[in-house]
Amino acid sequence: MWAYTLRRLLALIPTLVFASLIVFATVRMIPGDVIDMMLSQNDTSAGQKDREQLEQALGLDQPVYIQYFRWLGGVARGDFGHSLWQNTPVLDQILARLPITFELGLLAIIIGLVIAVPIGVLSALRQDTTGDYLMRSLSILMLAVPSFWVGTMVMVFPSIWWGWAPALVYVPFTQDPLANLGHMLTPALILGMSLSAITMRMMRTMMLEVLRQDYIRTAWAKGLNERTIVVRHALRNALIPVITLIGIQAPLVIGGAVIIEQIFVIPGMGLLLLDAVGQRDYPVIAGVFLVVGVAVMLINLIVDLSYGLFDPKVRYR
Amino acid sequence: MTIALDRPAASRPRRGSATMKFIGRLFREKPLGAAGAVIFLVFLFCGLFADVLAPYGYNQISPINRLKPPSWQFLFGTDNLGRDVFSRCLYGAQLSVIIGFCAAGLATIVSVVIGVVSGYIGGRFDMIVQRMVDAWMSFPDLIVLIVVVSVVGPGLLPIILVLGLLLGIGGSRIIRGATISVRENMYVTATQSMGASTFRILFRHILPNVMAPVIILFTTRVGFVILAESGLSFLGLGVPPPAPTWGGMLSGSGRTYMLQGPWLALAPGLCLTFVVYATNVFGDALRDLLDPRMRGTR
Amino acid sequence: MHSPVLEVKNLAVEFGSGAGRVRAVDDVSFDVRPGETLAIVGESGSGKSVTALSLLRLVPTPPGRICAGEILFHGEDLLKASEASIRSIRGNRIAMIFQEPMSSLNPALTVGLQIAEPLQLHGKLTWAKAFERARELLGKVRIPDAARRVNAHPHQFSGGMRQRAMIAMALACKPNLIIADEPTTALDVTVQAQILSLLKNLTKETNAALILITHDLGVVARYADRVCVMYAGRVVESGSAQDIYANPQHPYTLGLMASIPRLDQEAGQRLTPIDGQPPDLAALPKGCAFEPRCRFAMARCRRERPALESQGGRHYRACFADVSC
Ligand SMILES: Nc1ncnc2c1ncn2[C@@H]1O[C@H](COP(=O)(O)OP(=O)(O)OP(=O)(O)O)[C@@H](O)[C@H]1O
Ligand code: SF4
Ligand SMILES: [Mg+2]
Repeated sequence: MWAYTLRRLLALIPTLVFASLIVFATVRMIPGDVIDMMLSQNDTSAGQKDREQLEQALGLDQPVYIQYFRWLGGVARGDFGHSLWQNTPVLDQILARLPITFELGLLAIIIGLVIAVPIGVLSALRQDTTGDYLMRSLSILMLAVPSFWVGTMVMVFPSIWWGWAPALVYVPFTQDPLANLGHMLTPALILGMSLSAITMRMMRTMMLEVLRQDYIRTAWAKGLNERTIVVRHALRNALIPVITLIGIQAPLVIGGAVIIEQIFVIPGMGLLLLDAVGQRDYPVIAGVFLVVGVAVMLINLIVDLSYGLFDPKVRYR
Repeated sequence: MTIALDRPAASRPRRGSATMKFIGRLFREKPLGAAGAVIFLVFLFCGLFADVLAPYGYNQISPINRLKPPSWQFLFGTDNLGRDVFSRCLYGAQLSVIIGFCAAGLATIVSVVIGVVSGYIGGRFDMIVQRMVDAWMSFPDLIVLIVVVSVVGPGLLPIILVLGLLLGIGGSRIIRGATISVRENMYVTATQSMGASTFRILFRHILPNVMAPVIILFTTRVGFVILAESGLSFLGLGVPPPAPTWGGMLSGSGRTYMLQGPWLALAPGLCLTFVVYATNVFGDALRDLLDPRMRGTR
Repeated sequence: MHSPVLEVKNLAVEFGSGAGRVRAVDDVSFDVRPGETLAIVGESGSGKSVTALSLLRLVPTPPGRICAGEILFHGEDLLKASEASIRSIRGNRIAMIFQEPMSSLNPALTVGLQIAEPLQLHGKLTWAKAFERARELLGKVRIPDAARRVNAHPHQFSGGMRQRAMIAMALACKPNLIIADEPTTALDVTVQAQILSLLKNLTKETNAALILITHDLGVVARYADRVCVMYAGRVVESGSAQDIYANPQHPYTLGLMASIPRLDQEAGQRLTPIDGQPPDLAALPKGCAFEPRCRFAMARCRRERPALESQGGRHYRACFADVSC
């Protein structure tokens, strides 16, 4: 298992190299000369610094490939450079924000599963009934509803009707867990609902597939009732492919978090990125960009590895 | 073998009637998908003829008509500057049509080029391309969009280009899969052994046979693009105001007035949901009818 | 002799609806007594598995439907039994072994749990005791190193071992009747004989009745006491194994007999498999279903469907012709 994990990590290296190239190219190359843009488009963001200082800060006085390797070398040592604006190390900022987005994403995934699994299973068990059609239409509809619209409506309508508005002040979990969860719940619910649409469909399809299997017939032949068959014999097998979906959904969760964090004023990675974009703080943008990509890769790796917990057939070779 | 080789050409003359037959099947077997198609066409129509259909201009400010609730004069009410929300939604449809079709079209072309080439050549080349696609796909679409727009600045063209490239790379997987399965098919090997050029094989034999996934990909991408663009506009990074994007109408200065005019929060969101829902069900129906093997992919 | 464990009367099962409706089992009757082995034979698609499944009401519904008949288990009609009471019979008093050992065990659960499950379910033992018993049962079906293997997952077992595990599972509650649907078709020839002998011996121990479904007449000759020959969803001949082998009375049975290699066969004599296509259930002829392939067919066979009639004692057949010559 450890050898397998190591091998998977090694296999990740080429992907990581490509990812770093993408980040580097997107942030540094596209505008041609970042400095010109910074000085001309938005002089406030350049702060008090003049052109030379900026060039040095960004390392732009070097040839491109040197820039890349210097940046990569720094990143490998955990040095993402300094924020142009706040003069704090980018890594510190990211590390402060990462757990917040992680909490939001985790809550959203859990809520998504809690909604999707029972509904998907029921939908499969009652295949082609009115309830099944209703739940399926609902899930296609949920795919189409943009979460920022739901978020907007949640801010507007409850406060018009009942004078209630979701809390918008972030409280760290360590300080007051209840207040923290109270703040996170609404955004996590909105995010979780949009995730559950896909999971629900997948759950239904997998459940239908599993229910047709021979071993389910064996279970019936033993005299088990429907509940035990579903819970003990079908669910585990149907959940295995649904687990991979969590890995596939990771980018969706993080992308969705950006918007949700903005609406509900949650100081996570998304808000950090948006603030950095507003200030054209390129080291921060690059840092967040890279960390998000690496996080998605690691989540996928973890999901793959945890597969063995659910599927006894998986051998780590 | 000769029969198989003739197939792509032979089916060509009767395409018109085949299309009619297909539309008939769509309406009979997939009523929901057909409804989606109709909504989709209505949306397209609204977008194309927004200038004619809209009763007011999209930026026609009228201080005396500030924050009027929906009425016969202003179907969806007016915003904080007294602009007609209905007209703005129509012009919003226009922008969505432009962005949706251009970006989805670009995405499809990118997908086809990468997918077909990578799948057809195979081997080490395919492996390297796939690692690159892996790396690309680990970045959430919205984050790539935000970063790129932050670098190149907002605007219609960058959004179309970035969205097209972004979704195109992701979608190449599906086309690659289809290409590989077509390549394995007997008649391509047969043509190859007869000495046809690679170019000819790609265009005459592979491309016509991956047409079903291509059409499906295009349809589902339209909805996706519209959603992504509206998210970007919502964050203030889309087409800059006063251009009436649906996402932009839900954010920005209008947001503060929603408590006084809740219709401001409803109209653009409903338009978005409606159109994206329609493209989704239409895309699903197309997929079920054209290529049942793709069921469950998205 | 004892009264029958199971008596099936005029069973009929249909699949699908409208134009695509087929009668996979039609007017099937038979019975089995304690300690007896009844073989059901017939070519692929003749309705053997559907018959077996309907005995425990396991026919997938929809598309299937048991539309007529009685299934009397110790005199109680299973088709009229409540859902709860049929569940208390399944796996407990009637157990089933399936055709597909590779896919009939749940890949996500240990073999031991799956064998222990019916014991716990039918209130015989606690989980702990049931696991204990599962280990004994695995030993009994001659799985080497049973103590360790109870905790294995099915994918770690070979096909033969899985079928042994299925047998252990079926025997767990000491059922009165075991239905084995082609338990060895998917296995190696050498393993086949071991599994069948095992099954036969273990059922003899508990005096359980055994319904053995097969299309291998060699198996029938070695293990069966009585035989039911099915064709296109109907029983065309039934009787003791002796009757069927020494005195086959239906042209289809004759054909089957001729198609098995015999030791007393003259050297060089060719096997004579039955000519023609297996019947299409959706388009059966009005008369005898075997008529298109029958050597003895006459005008009457096309008009009328022969009924199952006694040939003396418990030997029945459904045919108009005189085939004794
Ligand atoms: N799930 C089903 N759906 C529709 N028709 C079915 C189904 N199961 C069985 N049938 C019908 O019942 C007929 C008999 O099938 P059955 O499985 O009983 O054959 P069998 O005698 O067991 O054959 P084999 O030797 O191949 O196992 C089939 O030909 C088919 O027409
Ligand atoms: S009834 Fe006629 S057709 Fe049918 S088996 Fe007998 S002889 Fe043959
Ligand atoms: Mg069978």
